[in-house]
Amino acid sequence: MFKAIKPVAQVALLIVGVAMVGFGIKRGEADAVLAKAIRLCLECIGIG
Amino acid sequence: MDKRKNTASHLLARFRGLIQAAATLATNIHLPNFAKGGIYQGAGKAVCVPGLNCYSCPAASGACPIGSFQSVVGSSKFSFSYYVTGTLILIGVLLGRFVCGFLCPFGWLQELFHKIPSKKLSTKKLKPLTYIKYAVLLFAVVLLPVLVVNDVGMGDPFFCKYICPQGVLEGAIPLSIMNVGIRSALGKLFSWKLAILIVVAVLSVLFYRPFCKWICPLGAFYALMNKVSLLGIRVDHCKCVSCGKCVKVCQMDVDVTRTPDHAECIRCGKCVGACPVDAISFRYGLGLTGDKPAQSTQACENK
Repeated sequence: MFKAIKPVAQVALLIVGVAMVGFGIKRGEADAVLAKAIRLCLECIGIG
Repeated sequence: MDKRKNTASHLLARFRGLIQAAATLATNIHLPNFAKGGIYQGAGKAVCVPGLNCYSCPAASGACPIGSFQSVVGSSKFSFSYYVTGTLILIGVLLGRFVCGFLCPFGWLQELFHKIPSKKLSTKKLKPLTYIKYAVLLFAVVLLPVLVVNDVGMGDPFFCKYICPQGVLEGAIPLSIMNVGIRSALGKLFSWKLAILIVVAVLSVLFYRPFCKWICPLGAFYALMNKVSLLGIRVDHCKCVSCGKCVKVCQMDVDVTRTPDHAECIRCGKCVGACPVDAISFRYGLGLTGDKPAQSTQACENK
């Protein structure tokens, strides 16, 4: 049964993925990621 | 030259080391920053790279997906990241754990450590440990940054702060070498994470990819996607002679003839190279399954 629904699930996930990326960018998450990534992550390097 | 050994599957498996090196370089393209003691601050950092690569690495081209997720959900503005989750879903469906096997710098590093001559230990009896990474994903990455917050509603990136060895290797060490301010600020947290890095390095010499198998939350996410990824492994049961060579060569403890889309399969292709009858290959496409079901002998002969 999974073989029958697998292509449907794959396409659905691709659509969901694209939609989520678009929605996330629209509400400012990409800017939030950029803001974090261009600053030194003190937690990551063990300073906290 | 044996023609069958030059199929795309064989070539992919044969040149995997080169692809891993190239992926590591592409993920960390800004090499001059190692000498400058700073990090890349361009717009490329808004894009998540597919593997585990700390964005505090001076050379990092993009953002770590796990770190990015935690930073977004740990902010006071958001409690979930559609952008990062959507990116991971897309990568997961398109590639699955091929990312682990070919594109992740930390996976490659563990393989390099494993090449150091030593007694090698099997992880076949340690399969229950593979479930730990799902707990790391759920608690350290997803829940704790949202639930454990300070007075202004911001949460710590728990996985990055307390577990991830990549941040120490790629960030703390190169930056502290060049920057006396960072060097003087390192304390107990750095010591803890350095200890984790050393333990992972030692374990990698003894075991194959212990961090990937047992701890990595990114590997855990891609593992969930292996069943639905467009890229997978196909076994032609008409050709398969059940010699067991593919099982013997698999260092992720997967029997590809029975479960070609297993969550632990990192698509390294070692089984492709080991098969004496070319029954195993990579496959890519919608709706394709890992098995060509065992047909009748007549059906196999008619093929």
